[in-house]
Amino acid sequence: MSERRTPAAELRGIEKRFGPVRANRSISLTLARGSIHGLVGENGAGKSTLAQILYGYLRPDAGEIRIGGRPVAFGSPRDAIAAGVGMVHQHFMLVEPMTVLENLMLGREAGLGLAEGRASALATLARLDRGGGTALDPEAKVENLPVGSKQRVEILKALHRGAEILILDEPTAVLTPLEATALFGELRALAEHGKTILLVTHRLREVIEVTDAVTVLRQGEVVAERQTRDTDAAELAALMIGRSPSPPQRRPARLGPLRLEIRELTVRDGAGILRLDRASLAVRGGEIVAIAGVAGNGQSELIESLVGLTAPESGSIRLDDVELIGLTVRERRLRGLGHVAEDRLRLGAVADFSAVENALLGCEQVPQFLRRAANAGALEAAMAAYDVRPAEPERHFARFSGGNQQKLVVARELGRTPALLVAGQPTRGVDVGAAELIHNRLLELRDAGSAILLISADLEEIRLLADRILVLCGGRIAGELTPETADERQLGLLMAGAASA
Amino acid sequence: MRVGATLLRWAEPLLVPLANMAAALLLSGLVVLAAGADPFAAMAVLLRGSLGDPASLGYTLYYATNFIFTGLAVALPFHAGLFNIGGEGQAYVGGLFASLVCLFLGPVFGWLAVPLAVLAAAAGGALWALGPAWLRVARGSHVVITTIMFNFIASALMTFLIVKVLIAPGQSAPESVPFVESAWMPSLGHLLGPSPLNLSFPLALLLATAVWVFLRRMRAGFELRAVGANPEAARAAGISVARATVLALGLGGALAGLIAVNELMGAQHRLLLEFPAGYGFMGIAVALVGRNHPLGIVLAAIFFGALYQGGTELSFDLPQVTRDLVVVIEGLAILFCGALENLFRRRIATWLGKEART
Repeated sequence: MSERRTPAAELRGIEKRFGPVRANRSISLTLARGSIHGLVGENGAGKSTLAQILYGYLRPDAGEIRIGGRPVAFGSPRDAIAAGVGMVHQHFMLVEPMTVLENLMLGREAGLGLAEGRASALATLARLDRGGGTALDPEAKVENLPVGSKQRVEILKALHRGAEILILDEPTAVLTPLEATALFGELRALAEHGKTILLVTHRLREVIEVTDAVTVLRQGEVVAERQTRDTDAAELAALMIGRSPSPPQRRPARLGPLRLEIRELTVRDGAGILRLDRASLAVRGGEIVAIAGVAGNGQSELIESLVGLTAPESGSIRLDDVELIGLTVRERRLRGLGHVAEDRLRLGAVADFSAVENALLGCEQVPQFLRRAANAGALEAAMAAYDVRPAEPERHFARFSGGNQQKLVVARELGRTPALLVAGQPTRGVDVGAAELIHNRLLELRDAGSAILLISADLEEIRLLADRILVLCGGRIAGELTPETADERQLGLLMAGAASA
Repeated sequence: MRVGATLLRWAEPLLVPLANMAAALLLSGLVVLAAGADPFAAMAVLLRGSLGDPASLGYTLYYATNFIFTGLAVALPFHAGLFNIGGEGQAYVGGLFASLVCLFLGPVFGWLAVPLAVLAAAAGGALWALGPAWLRVARGSHVVITTIMFNFIASALMTFLIVKVLIAPGQSAPESVPFVESAWMPSLGHLLGPSPLNLSFPLALLLATAVWVFLRRMRAGFELRAVGANPEAARAAGISVARATVLALGLGGALAGLIAVNELMGAQHRLLLEFPAGYGFMGIAVALVGRNHPLGIVLAAIFFGALYQGGTELSFDLPQVTRDLVVVIEGLAILFCGALENLFRRRIATWLGKEART
């Protein structure tokens, strides 16, 4: 019984400095055995630093770590793994062309041949792979797996290495709501079997849904510890940002003229598979139309056809009565199309460029392109308006935090006052404060008469912003709802293709 | 913190190459020692032979001119994510174009043939780079492969043309008749000489500046860099990847073609077989050591020019140090300043970080 009462891990007075920045200030944290512990905080609050200290990536400047009651000093993740600490990174550390089994065996081949390692990896799979529906095929190539399954491979990999304590860093950032639910089921099952889980996240709903206890960090300090059943998302949000969050004020829509009209849009991908099937929709000025749906049901193809990155097979896209199909990306942008890319680092920005260079990306045609002082001045104003920190125009884009990167991209696209804004996951991977700001700016743009097409996997965001909700399922518009009438169940059914509205 | 960060930004690009160069020098000294010569004497000969008197300096800068052109020819496409290994062939074809202008228009146009031939050299080089550029855009072929293949095609084509067509009548040496004097690139050998230094050197400096302005201050250069850093984001921003590819390789080829201005119009005053002599390939090392920055390339080019010139003197003066050994020393410089550029970076950065904080 004493075994059960000893905490799985204890951190006492952890301090970590990076130069003048105190990333962790005297942090203490106790992980009860067999529990799921949430670690929440805004971007830059010190969550990742703490996770990396527990996983042996970073050495604390001061403080003590105890695993199962015994003090430890990790010099590297290898030591942490030996002590039973495993980590699932936000960006997976898998060898894509290898199979599930080979990925499990990596680093644990045991012996000269592979037979022994194979056998033990297969045993792990048989013993542990029971969460979330279908079992993994050990011979499937990782590159062919959906994201949710890749994450399961990562978790199994850590368990196969003997992890008793599992750190998950923003595990749902890349998952669909369905996959996230499956993950939580799996985590629950693991906890019931005595594993201890540290869930690092800034999504409060998940914390409420799945954790037993939660620790809130702000500016490197623990500001609160709660038993999850004694708190709620609103309190946690207030603790995280140090004030009560204010949901955006939505004024009734003042509908303007029809701006975007998509008719019978059909898109096939490179393999000839139908991705969008005669999808039709319209957006008027002063209106936010949201596209809901499980990822992979045609959202990306819709965005790419609108922006001009994919040539549709048939159909028409008219913006302010001008046909866009056949026009280049640049011609569309010049006609007033704005685009907040779903994946900012892939499509929305150049990580190697400075902030000011990124502010010019896609705006090369503006007359003041070559006026450097003017550009830097304009960006400084935008940085102030969007609360981008640090407000340094010459700073490398990659060196801003995710939330600030997103604000820079949104500032650029909104700064052009587009006739139509295509906003793909505008607050993905962004903390509460930044999301709030971006939401307010989107509403301001709507009130100024722009048409906004919002594509989001975050139903909360959709309900907060949308005037109308369209559900995309299997490449077709499966139904239309208003935020007032849309409840989670009905949306879920439409998204799964099981009902019609 | 701001002060520390700024110091770091300025000190690092200075200290890191110095540390690398010191390491290369140390190891070169050991090589010279192993060959049975006095490293300090060798160093003295190297320095005297490259910088010691006006003529030596003239030769150093003359070689550096070629290296600036080819270094830029590698660096500019590199900013668009394209590795141009075709400088050798581009220079060769540039030489053909320049020579045709000098040989056939020189007698007619007088001094006007010089700017025309310079443009022709650039056009020839650009033309030769457009083949790989087109293959890249239309077929997705890798430019490393195509540019290097085009070197062989250029070499075979030029051998045929020089040996069979353009060879001076009644001669056995594979070279054309001399250009008329009005088509020569004006010499600077009287300022730093006697040496083959000519107006190509200031032209190279001018173009290095122009490349910097193009990349950092102009719309097309911005687009080109965006394509190099993230082609998908560039496309999503409305930038034409195809246009940037053609422009980058075309300009790179044009810069490589300008070797002909220095070598043929400035020094040899005729078209001769194999005149690019590996300068095109050395451009890769120059760009590597110069970190693809025009200023870095000018400095690296002068460094390699000095090694080239001083190394020749070295193999004359110290019989133990053969020409091959000089190549070894060049190789060490490339290894430490280019390929192993991160050898000391971390330590220096950490050290600077500590200094900045205290």
